[in-house]
Amino acid sequence: MAKRDRLSGNEAVAVALRQINPDVFPAFPITPSTEIPQYFASFVANGQVDTEFITVESEHSSMSAAIGASAAGTRALTATSSCGLAYMWEELYIAASNRLPIVLALVNRALSGPININCDHSDAMGARDSGWIQIYAENNQEAYDNMVQAFRISEHKSVRLPIMICQDGFITSHAVENIELLEDEDVKAFVGEYKPENYLLNPKCPLAVGPYAVTDYYMEAKRSQAEGMRYVETAVLETAGDFARLSGREYGLFEAYRLEDADYAVVMIGSAAGTAKDAVDELRADGEKAGLLKLRLYRPFPAEAIAEALKHVKTVAIMDRAESYNNHGGPLGADVMAALYRAGSRVLAVNYIYGLGGRDVRVESIKEVFAALKQIASDGRAGEAYRYLGIRE
Amino acid sequence: MNDTIEIRWHGRGGQGAKTAALLLADVAFNTGSYVQGFPEYGPERMGAPITAYNRISKKPVRVHSNIYSPRYVVVVDDSLLDSVDVTAGLAKDGAIVINTEKGKEEMVKGLGGYKGKVYTVDAKKISLEALGRYFPNTPLLAAVVKVAGIMEKETFLKEMQASFRHKFANKPEVIAGNMKALEMAFEEVR
Repeated sequence: MAKRDRLSGNEAVAVALRQINPDVFPAFPITPSTEIPQYFASFVANGQVDTEFITVESEHSSMSAAIGASAAGTRALTATSSCGLAYMWEELYIAASNRLPIVLALVNRALSGPININCDHSDAMGARDSGWIQIYAENNQEAYDNMVQAFRISEHKSVRLPIMICQDGFITSHAVENIELLEDEDVKAFVGEYKPENYLLNPKCPLAVGPYAVTDYYMEAKRSQAEGMRYVETAVLETAGDFARLSGREYGLFEAYRLEDADYAVVMIGSAAGTAKDAVDELRADGEKAGLLKLRLYRPFPAEAIAEALKHVKTVAIMDRAESYNNHGGPLGADVMAALYRAGSRVLAVNYIYGLGGRDVRVESIKEVFAALKQIASDGRAGEAYRYLGIRE
Repeated sequence: MNDTIEIRWHGRGGQGAKTAALLLADVAFNTGSYVQGFPEYGPERMGAPITAYNRISKKPVRVHSNIYSPRYVVVVDDSLLDSVDVTAGLAKDGAIVINTEKGKEEMVKGLGGYKGKVYTVDAKKISLEALGRYFPNTPLLAAVVKVAGIMEKETFLKEMQASFRHKFANKPEVIAGNMKALEMAFEEVR
């Protein structure tokens, strides 16, 4: 039986973690940490979980401890946000290259400077090439549901890669919204026991973790990591299928909202997609064929499926909540445009940078983007493809 | 969006406007609504103007922006009238609730010609009498629940009793005072 509740995104993720009851949770307990470890610490103190909760002196150390714990053969996770993720950088690559299925509960917030604590995707987008799987949420329900599915994807035996479960800082992390929670025993059964195949604390099969590999094997090791990524889409869809049977809630690689017959589409990630749905509905009521593609899985990037879903639209705007400073657009823009090109698509595409440092995104803001898309379709040319939304010039 | 009640809270850091918005989300949730309660974080310091928001709807709420055309506004500190345009976008057929020791006429003068309904409540007097300390958010919560007609007094008080029992599990001695503050504000807002 699902339980109707209202929780902030932080609390929702913490509840999922309580239900999962992981083995080891190292966390830096001070800003820029989030309420996720704070809530979880109270579950530890109340005896609701038997997780080894380790308060460490930095995010570099929390990820290091998670790596050690995961290599030893335990189910490990950590949580952070913003510059905390930046401070984990070196360790992110070590987790991924050692094929350790660590989960990171990430609350997406801007990186300094100027100093800013609010939402954008700069932190996670910067880590997009670190070898981690990245999954994003529109709202608290999705943040919870994604966390319940995280370990199944990450620990999948063909994958064995770490995973970031992302949600938007403040916009969902601190907002109280309705949510449906699963029963504790259902989550426990869904996630299952972790049975690592190779691990350090196995005297029957000694192994080295994190060895030295120069020109002789480094490249093969990286290629093998990429092979793990190739199975992620399958693992995500398999897990989503089982999750739908449990919860009745459907997930895929992305959500196509009124996209099937759309002439104009926006592609976006995170909480602003909910706002975009209202914009799409308002435009549809006015007879405009607007649609939305909301990405859930960003790493690996489901390029073929996205190109296929967009093949019939006249114009598309790819919305980036992070800069890439390449003079051409943001990271999502580059990925989607490459996907369209490889599929031989002729769709006219533009790329907007929006919502940096918490800049508010309104229904009207998204309608402005759709108005531009309609203009582009009528002009027959995209014009400047690298644009900013809601900026004071 | 007409079937969604949108409420904007103006307060100062430390006065509990965010907590009040979250409590309002709580009580509305308990009546079966879909809710949002969220703060807008600016500079994190005591006394700085802050804003918090509520959406209450019979349908799932998907929009994740701030609120620009609220039906109701709550002002936790009347000194904000000098520096913040509290009625910006406020519906003409909506209402504003202001915490003040001063008269309503003086408040109306400070609202730049706002044509909608203006309510005041002296949350300081109520809080000091009921709690012995100044926590303006509890009385204002009751005031806005009444003004916006979110629920009947009896249901509201019953819901709040349960909510306080949860929130103040570690200090049950403050529950009675908070309940009294709610009852007084429900009666005294006008």
